[in-house]
Amino acid sequence: MAKRAVVGNGPHVAIDPTAQLAQSEATSELLRELVAHLRQNRTQLREEWVQRISETRLLTAMTKEEIFAEATSVYDSYVEALETETFEALQAYAQNLSERIIPRGVETHEVVGIVLLLRDVLARSLFAKYQADFRKLNRILDAYEPAANRIANTVAVGFVQERERTIRQQQEAIRELSTPVLQVRERLLILPIIGVIDPQRARQLTEQLLRGIRTNRAKVVVIDITGVAAMDATVANHLVQTVEASRLLGATVIVTGLSPEIAQTLVTIGVDLGKMNTVGDLQGGIEQAERLLGYKVVPIPEPQ
Amino acid sequence: MSAGEIRVAINSDQDIVGARQRGRTLAAELGFSSADATLIATAISELARNIVSYARKGEIKLQKMENAVRQGIMVIAADDGPGIPDIRQALRDGFSTSGSLGLGLPGVRRLMDEFEIASRPGQGTTVTVKKWRP
Amino acid sequence: MEVPILKQGKVLIATIQAALSDADLENLRRGLVQQVVRFRSLGVIVDVTSMDVMDSFASRTLREIAHMIRLRGAETVIVGIQPEVALAMVQLGLTLEDVSTALDLEEGLAYLNTKFKSLD
Repeated sequence: MAKRAVVGNGPHVAIDPTAQLAQSEATSELLRELVAHLRQNRTQLREEWVQRISETRLLTAMTKEEIFAEATSVYDSYVEALETETFEALQAYAQNLSERIIPRGVETHEVVGIVLLLRDVLARSLFAKYQADFRKLNRILDAYEPAANRIANTVAVGFVQERERTIRQQQEAIRELSTPVLQVRERLLILPIIGVIDPQRARQLTEQLLRGIRTNRAKVVVIDITGVAAMDATVANHLVQTVEASRLLGATVIVTGLSPEIAQTLVTIGVDLGKMNTVGDLQGGIEQAERLLGYKVVPIPEPQ
Repeated sequence: MSAGEIRVAINSDQDIVGARQRGRTLAAELGFSSADATLIATAISELARNIVSYARKGEIKLQKMENAVRQGIMVIAADDGPGIPDIRQALRDGFSTSGSLGLGLPGVRRLMDEFEIASRPGQGTTVTVKKWRP
Repeated sequence: MEVPILKQGKVLIATIQAALSDADLENLRRGLVQQVVRFRSLGVIVDVTSMDVMDSFASRTLREIAHMIRLRGAETVIVGIQPEVALAMVQLGLTLEDVSTALDLEEGLAYLNTKFKSLD
């Protein structure tokens, strides 16, 4: 292998690739030795680890048998990651494991905790084995530590990502279930909006409303925002877009409960309130909607 | 990551439909909702239309994107047309685009999550837009 | 691909199938104007139920068609815009503001009938 000169701005520096290669070979050699040790003592080390897990009261949501089964898989994946120095398989396993244990109520600190415990158990066993040769112990740890840390990281991140994905799914499901579009009369829909609306919720409401217009063949929609305290420009824009999109589906929109603050926000983003159909309160809005639809509400005379 | 790359040549108005349909298909493969796929297809249609109207010909490139946390779609609309003399003006426009003049770029920006444009008179235009799957 | 135009009394109905080329849209415009004049139609319904994307060009063309038809004394109603398409349109800023819209063919006809009655 020829020496290559690296040309820089300063004095020429020659890097000897042979030395680098020797270095990484030594690391691999050490890792192989390490992996062999971990495989040989698998039963004992795994037992020790499971013991530590129950001592620290982690994974209380799982039974002893389950913990043992998972521990075996984790241990083997751990050692394999050390051996192959690749982490894709471990990542896939971590995701798979997370999918199984998250519904059981296992939390992030537990997962991080048990992986770190395994790291400690294995490190201790390395101390025990190489305690006579301090220099060798150091070199073994030099090889072990970065890999072990990367493993802990991979598993923890995999778990957290899976958790976040689950939470997002649940949020989406909740949003879908709470369909606030109400059919009050034939061809008339009411959409009462309450509380704080973020852009994502706003978009979802718009989609639900438009679908509702089509399903119910609504000709008039009353969007009541009495219960909305404040609206930023982005959400206000969503409201305007909802009104416009509804019109494209042939429905007229009446907005009720517009507070002075929100009216101001709309004006600020360039909305011509004169063109928007607004009524003070929901009651008034429904009455106007009925007029638009040709209804006339007449009180039934009292029986004599 | 270049494995998921689709290139559609835009030479006439008839290529616009092909480009947006490929975009819709790719979006569906990536797991985008039907509503989001429509937004993406619409953006592609607008960009392809610009190429046909102003540059005569160009290309739409569709690519899968992937980072540590999620997936998405990237659309690159490139042409060797006359270029845009005043990009800031092209991007101005309030929320109520007349839709009759101009390039519709502010609209495309609203449809997608990320928007980049590079253009010089005489050197063509490249618009890159991205949408991430939530 | 040619867009079929049907006549129902004083109303013409054009149903757009999926994606039209520019030439097809041009033919549609010409065809509708010709037939409005020929049959002295009072209304035109353009059914876009099958359009899965409406971009600024399509929107502009539909508005031009409506404008030309109005010049010939008839009213145009666009029907069948899908919810997702409507969402994309308003984000692009396409509101078809000077054109009447209705949910579907049935609603479009009902709307035109109401208007015609009021012309008596």
